[in-house]
Amino acid sequence: MKWIIDSDRPIYKQLVEQIELKIISGAYAPGDKIKSVRELAMEAGVNPNTMQKALAELERMGLVFAQRTSGRFITEDNKMIDEAKKTLAFKEIDGFFEKMKQLGFEKEEIIALIEKIEGDSHGHSES
Amino acid sequence: MAILRAKALTKKFGNLSALSNLDLDIPRGRIIGLLGPNGSGKSTFIKLATGLLVPTSGEITIGGATPGVETKAMVSYLPERTYLNDWMRAEDMMAFFGDFYEDFNRIKADNMLQDLNINPRDRLKTMSKGTKEKVQLILVMSRNAELYLLDEPIAGVDPAARDYILNTIITNYKENASVVISTHLIADIEQVLDDIIFISQGEIKLISTVDEIREKHNKSVDGLFREVFKC
Repeated sequence: MKWIIDSDRPIYKQLVEQIELKIISGAYAPGDKIKSVRELAMEAGVNPNTMQKALAELERMGLVFAQRTSGRFITEDNKMIDEAKKTLAFKEIDGFFEKMKQLGFEKEEIIALIEKIEGDSHGHSES
Repeated sequence: MAILRAKALTKKFGNLSALSNLDLDIPRGRIIGLLGPNGSGKSTFIKLATGLLVPTSGEITIGGATPGVETKAMVSYLPERTYLNDWMRAEDMMAFFGDFYEDFNRIKADNMLQDLNINPRDRLKTMSKGTKEKVQLILVMSRNAELYLLDEPIAGVDPAARDYILNTIITNYKENASVVISTHLIADIEQVLDDIIFISQGEIKLISTVDEIREKHNKSVDGLFREVFKC
């Protein structure tokens, strides 16, 4: 598993995002036990306190829960995971629209473009 | 309670003020970067903490005690330059450290030598500069200390060894111990730090957590450093 930390945003936020993505994509399955803070910190090459903070944030978000003696687990609440997935999708789409507007496209044009490109790529895959 | 405490700490060399009026608490369980341009007072601070230098005025304490025999048992120090004898073999130095420090973990040291492909039978004088630095760092990190003071620990080693060293610092992390790393290679170590202390011309310019800096300035500690200390 690869961790990518870029330089100008808070490290714990980037850790939260990357673990969240692993939960949403199913790389971490519901109910899975998560490695210890120290192991995760080593894997990501980050400070253990920072990893601890990221996991606490994921707990607060409800994506991860802690069991006092046996460690941390991924939530078994699929609704919660779906919710996180949707939130992330909205965020991605917002960002995309923002960029397209900077390029000078209107909403209708953007949608038309998406449909065209989507149609084309289907054409390719079928041929 | 803080593991290291400095109050109005001042060190002068003749007319030159290397550190002036430094107030600082270093809590336990943190990995701290001591950052500053050349000649800012980083090494002077560390030498005061180890007892190699004595303050001109003010005070510095480790676990409540003035640097001395008692604090040397708590502090594991990696100096800028090696003090080990050239004729010694890596294994001699391990034995030497084992004799000197009660908290020295020989097994850990042997494992690290092996991980870094260093032959314990090799003499210091036959080793490259980078390998010598690795041996020294192994000695220092194999102690079960309460405070690690690492003066430029990664300057001379290759990137793969640097990763290994940083990983060692992470795995070695303990809630009751702190690590102070002085360096100007910030970008390489930023991710493993809790806090940073910027010092310049013998004074503290900024104390912050790494993530606070990133949050506030939208740039890395390295980026901020380059901006603040632009030549």
